Amino acid sequence: MFQSIKLRVLIAAAVVLASAYFLLPSVVPELPASVKNLFPKNRIHLGLDLQGGMHLVLEVDTAKALEGTVERLANSVKDGLMEKRVRFRGVERRPDNTIGIELPSREARADLEKLLAEQFPDLEIQSADLADGREKVVLRLREKRVAEMKKSIVDQSLETIRNRVDQFGVTEPEIIPQGEDRILIQLPGVKDPKRAVDLIGKTALLEFKLVDEEHSLEEALRGNVPAGSILMKGARESGERSGARRDTWYLLKERTLLTGQSLENAQVKISDRFGEPYVAIKFNAQGARDFDRITGENVNRRLAIILDGVVYSAPVIKERISGGDAQITGAFTTEEARDLAIVLRAGSLPAPVKILEQRTVGPSLGQDSIDKGIRSVIIGMILVGLFMVFYYRLSGLVAILALVLNIVILLGAMALFDATLTLPGIAGIVLTIGMAVDANVLIFERAREELRLGKTPRAAIEAGYARAFLTILDTNVTTLLAAVFLFQFGTGPVKGFAVTLSIGIIVSMFTAIFVTRIIFDHVTWNRKIKALSI
Amino acid sequence: MELIKPGINFDFVGKMRIAALVSAAAILISIVSLIAHGGPNWGIDFAGGTVIQVKFQKDVPIDGIRRSLDAVNLSEVTIQQFGARDEHEYLIRTAESTEDLKGLSGRIEDSLAAAFGRDGFEVRRVEVVGPKVGRDLTQKGIMAVVFSWIAMLVYIAWRFEFRFAVGGILALVHDTIITVGVLSLLRMEFSLVIVAALLTIIGYSINDTIVIYDRIRENMRKNVRQELAQVINASINQTLSRTILTVLTVVLVLVSILLFGGAVIFDFAFAILVGVIVGTYSSIFIASPLVLAWERARPSKRKRK
Repeated sequence: MFQSIKLRVLIAAAVVLASAYFLLPSVVPELPASVKNLFPKNRIHLGLDLQGGMHLVLEVDTAKALEGTVERLANSVKDGLMEKRVRFRGVERRPDNTIGIELPSREARADLEKLLAEQFPDLEIQSADLADGREKVVLRLREKRVAEMKKSIVDQSLETIRNRVDQFGVTEPEIIPQGEDRILIQLPGVKDPKRAVDLIGKTALLEFKLVDEEHSLEEALRGNVPAGSILMKGARESGERSGARRDTWYLLKERTLLTGQSLENAQVKISDRFGEPYVAIKFNAQGARDFDRITGENVNRRLAIILDGVVYSAPVIKERISGGDAQITGAFTTEEARDLAIVLRAGSLPAPVKILEQRTVGPSLGQDSIDKGIRSVIIGMILVGLFMVFYYRLSGLVAILALVLNIVILLGAMALFDATLTLPGIAGIVLTIGMAVDANVLIFERAREELRLGKTPRAAIEAGYARAFLTILDTNVTTLLAAVFLFQFGTGPVKGFAVTLSIGIIVSMFTAIFVTRIIFDHVTWNRKIKALSI
Repeated sequence: MELIKPGINFDFVGKMRIAALVSAAAILISIVSLIAHGGPNWGIDFAGGTVIQVKFQKDVPIDGIRRSLDAVNLSEVTIQQFGARDEHEYLIRTAESTEDLKGLSGRIEDSLAAAFGRDGFEVRRVEVVGPKVGRDLTQKGIMAVVFSWIAMLVYIAWRFEFRFAVGGILALVHDTIITVGVLSLLRMEFSLVIVAALLTIIGYSINDTIVIYDRIRENMRKNVRQELAQVINASINQTLSRTILTVLTVVLVLVSILLFGGAVIFDFAFAILVGVIVGTYSSIFIASPLVLAWERARPSKRKRK
């Protein structure tokens, strides 16, 4: 160890001051501006369980998104075969996202393979069976390509969700991918979780389709949907708030004329006539041209505006609409209209998402937890302190000093590392107290033993530290091992516990061994004391 | 002050058989309880489901809450008082979880609002865990515990000797089983936080064991002629006052969390308290005697002169 007490005091003081420096912005958040710049910006983050907020794990339904791609590829292969005048029967997407084709002969298969090699590098032949002189071929997307596409779907979803959350106005959101197809979202301080979930999870696929006015809706509702048309539910009627729930249905042409991809902007406006909010959308150049053409060709017909498979409105086209402006009306509240505008601006999710996990802590519960957590730590510390002084007298006081420094340095280190303090993390602090005390108990008990053997205070202290050191190291390393696995496998608050415990153990070695020793050495070296108060 | 007079010499090793019986009985009871209850009382972290913590303005009968939820049509709901009586807080649990956006919790909230008024209550916490995540978390929890056992086995085998490592790990397995058994007997919920508690217990218990092992190793070098049984016994006695002191301080802080930490952290602190007590017992009566048992079964080749 260092021989010079002065040097050691300097080191200890430097560590404590540095910790206080890093800790101050967390303890006093409202520093005056002039002083604020002198201190670091890092603060101890409070976990969602302490400050309230929402934790979401979403799963991106990548298989669903692949369906569309495979469907398109199937159609392209069909076109390609026709172009090459290859005879075939049925090119279709199968439920497991493969494409099944029936060919009349071996030669036709050779043609198919040539076509694939030339135009469809992403497809490969999964199996081919020859039966009754017919070749049944199954095509699938190459695995590498599937992986690439899945990744890009998840990336795109992540980007879209980030855009939406940014516009929703959450400070310090955390949106990160998890595993292959999951997205972890943490939104601190969210007050209306239902709305947030709704906003984040909406696929927000905007489509425009014509209403099928040649066929009877009643007939279709009875189950006879004409080919090329589909039935779709309407958004809730304005009467729903009063409790009367009534579904409206629309019979639509299946073909989608335009999608939200052609959008440039979406904004909430209030209608002059009724004072109702609506969403004004603006198409981009291409979208405006398409919209102009579509409205021009279909004057006096009804155009349905569909979001996520629900018809919001189906106004009659009165005249050709140029300029690329349109509006979505529906019985919205201002808030709903605002959220709709957000999701339209941020774009649609490339695939639907499912909620795997949702945890919300209200802000009042969080505050409660902080208050109770801090109170229990302080009471625990006082009890331990009293006990130590009672048992070890003056040496107990030294241990208490080490304890207090331990907490200050621990919190300072947490601020420095941007660590998150969670409720179990507070418990981690409590355990750190236990570990720190244990180190001092080990040293003191050893010193007592040496004193009993008749050694001088100085020799007893030296032997106490020397003998206890390896024990303390071994015990702390093993506990650290447990903490590492906690960190590796834990999530959220549990991870916070592991972080706090790990830092706490390392700090406790410093305070309980290094700092206390300075005091004991000072007392036993410089003053010729006859007895130790231990 | 001294709790334990120096020079004291309890015959811990002599109580080995009794301790083995006590431990065997405790493990048996734990396992029987687990089997009888069909495994731990899995919380939603592992089983999947929904938990809603609601704080009402005034006292509300549990039946009233249950009736108000009839409309939501849940298959299995338990409603339970949470924390102190005068806090009017309840936990509403159901095994169901939804993946759609409307969300079960939203519907439950609406039903409560219809019965008690929007301002009559406050939703303080909502947790929804789907079955897929539950499976993941279970796997991760088990891996965390098992890997930490292995890591410690390796570390102790490296720092001490293999037989010490085996004794230490068996004691850890012993502590984990009995703690889980106590939680099972009390029908306490087994959540992610409990896994954290188990790992903490593992850390604490091995800590305690190593202090004694360390002394055994030291004494073995000092008194090479002494019987291993005597060395072990002396070592336990020499470290006894430290053991008791440390346990007391840890118990002090844990009790203060139990009393003042609030209901959310109560289970966590309780599990650790149980584990700390079991862990201290096992360090003295299980871990060290196991080293002796190992030695008797397979005497170490390094002949002690």
